[in-house]
Amino acid sequence: MYFIPIFPEIFLFLWAILIFVVDFFLKEDKRKNLGYLSLLGILITIILLFFSAQGEMFGKVYSYDSLSLFFKLVFLLSAFLAISVSIDFVAKFRAFKGEFFGLILFSTVGMMLLSSARELIFLYVSLELVTIPLYVLAAYLKPDKKSAEAGLKYMLLGAISSAILLYGISLIYGITGTTFLLGIKTRLMVDYLQIGPIGPGLFLSFIFFIAGFGFKLALVPFHMWAPDVYEGAPTPITAFLSVGSKAAGLVAFLRVFFESFSVYNPDWVTIVAVLAALSMIIGNIIALPQTNIKRMLAYSSIAQVGYILVGLVALSERGVSSVAFYTLAYLFANLGAFVVAIAFELQTGSSEIKDYSGLSISSPTLSFLMMLFLLSLVGIPPLAGFVGKYYLFAAAIEKHLIWLVVIAVLTSVISLYYYVGVIKEMYFNKKEGGEKIFLPFGIKLALLICIIGVLLVGLFPNPFLNLASQAATVFKY
Amino acid sequence: MENGTQTAVFYILSGLIVGSAFMVVSLKNIFHSALFLVLCFFSVAGIYILLSAEFVAAVQVLIYVGAITVLLIFAIMLTAQLYSPSIRQSNEQVIPGIIIVGTLLIVTLSVLRRTSWRISTQGIEGQSTVSIGKSLLTTYVLPFEVVSLVLIAALIGAIIIARRE
Repeated sequence: MYFIPIFPEIFLFLWAILIFVVDFFLKEDKRKNLGYLSLLGILITIILLFFSAQGEMFGKVYSYDSLSLFFKLVFLLSAFLAISVSIDFVAKFRAFKGEFFGLILFSTVGMMLLSSARELIFLYVSLELVTIPLYVLAAYLKPDKKSAEAGLKYMLLGAISSAILLYGISLIYGITGTTFLLGIKTRLMVDYLQIGPIGPGLFLSFIFFIAGFGFKLALVPFHMWAPDVYEGAPTPITAFLSVGSKAAGLVAFLRVFFESFSVYNPDWVTIVAVLAALSMIIGNIIALPQTNIKRMLAYSSIAQVGYILVGLVALSERGVSSVAFYTLAYLFANLGAFVVAIAFELQTGSSEIKDYSGLSISSPTLSFLMMLFLLSLVGIPPLAGFVGKYYLFAAAIEKHLIWLVVIAVLTSVISLYYYVGVIKEMYFNKKEGGEKIFLPFGIKLALLICIIGVLLVGLFPNPFLNLASQAATVFKY
Repeated sequence: MENGTQTAVFYILSGLIVGSAFMVVSLKNIFHSALFLVLCFFSVAGIYILLSAEFVAAVQVLIYVGAITVLLIFAIMLTAQLYSPSIRQSNEQVIPGIIIVGTLLIVTLSVLRRTSWRISTQGIEGQSTVSIGKSLLTTYVLPFEVVSLVLIAALIGAIIIARRE
């Protein structure tokens, strides 16, 4: 028996409400256990994804297909990891422990809906459902000035980017008279045959769309918020932002541009290619002098989005499947690095890279895992990042985007320097007397999932590649 | 209404909107700014009526004039430091801001003039409220429902942010 396509989202939303309600009946010191209840909810939702029928609902507003299946798995995995590392983080809060998990689930529901959106108003509303809980979560440690600043900055810039996106949507509606992605495509096709080249209004709305989604992706030059927000927000939320929120922006971008604007591909793809190159160059270069691991990972994640877009601008089925595949590889490696940073911060209260010195003596396993995650982010074989980058670059070379691949490879070499900087600090700056980092259950679980993911995706990529190439079949190229 | 009167009303309303919006950002006293915001929102509602979108106009008055500005004025009155005429409304970023906004204005204006819009030739049949209600509960029922999730998230979030430490 199959459930209706939207059932997993409905279930997860009700589960989030359940978390808020159960929160009332628990004593303050028991409330961190709601994290385990949230994890259970996410697991059930993952199972439900495979027992829900694929297809369209509500006219053509909502569609559950192989692309949304892939990205829903990515969102649920990153929410799972973010919540499991939050459990001991939340224990330090004096109030509102349960709400922390509930809001993460809300945002995840928004991401899942977004990945199925095929109508612009619905797409916009689900994007708001993704970001509004994240504004609150970024400011969760409110007495801490940096966290309050992070929340405020994220909200103000998020509101502006939403406004820009809405302006783009209104221009598209003015030109095509519809908000359905398929309808827009048909109208643009007719316009293209009758009028020919792109009009200024359409071009402006492409720019607005790129700016609106670019903000979610933290793409240069819309990345200004990322370092401050990443540094100030509670670290589990930073981890969630750097993967979940980015993947959400990515899937919305794919849907709108590959489904609706495909007629005018040459007009927008150059802009995206240039922004990808800028993201790789600027993200990697500014990451070099960073001394705080959260800021370093923030700039590195800006650069990683650049790599992902290299596959996107190839405009081919292979390109989209490499984008999806790399997102998965990036998820495990990046979240893994964040989990180590969280474990370290929980015990020492520090996220400065220099404090990692001598970690290999006091906590050899943790240091080794951190090394693997960072090397996977660089793209060293046989880890997940290598296979991911290989497919991204191969897709771009197939379309003769040699200049972009040259930039990507050169900046990967630059990135080696700052990733290895952390490894050097852990292994070669011997400092005796460091305390062993204690790993609570939630963090152990997250580390285990991340390391299995990094190795499995790197050594046996085929099942994941199959899933990714299936996701790419949604669009016509 | 005749076409000529309609155009005249449109220009009067537009003048009011632009003028009051300019006052909102340039006045020294933030309380006066809020009052001009009311005028601005009212004039926008007038434009909606001119477009025979009476439902949107009513919502504009109810929500923007009724709820948002009243809330804004409450916030100004209750915040001690904000309600003083001496407070500066602008900062060093004024000139770069004007340059960027000016460029954006020129670009959008020229783009808007040169684009062929899909202009509907048929007027709205009957009242727009009926058709808006119908499409909210048929074609757009999913986004309509998801808005309520957004509201719950925002409510819970507001409570958490506004808590006392």
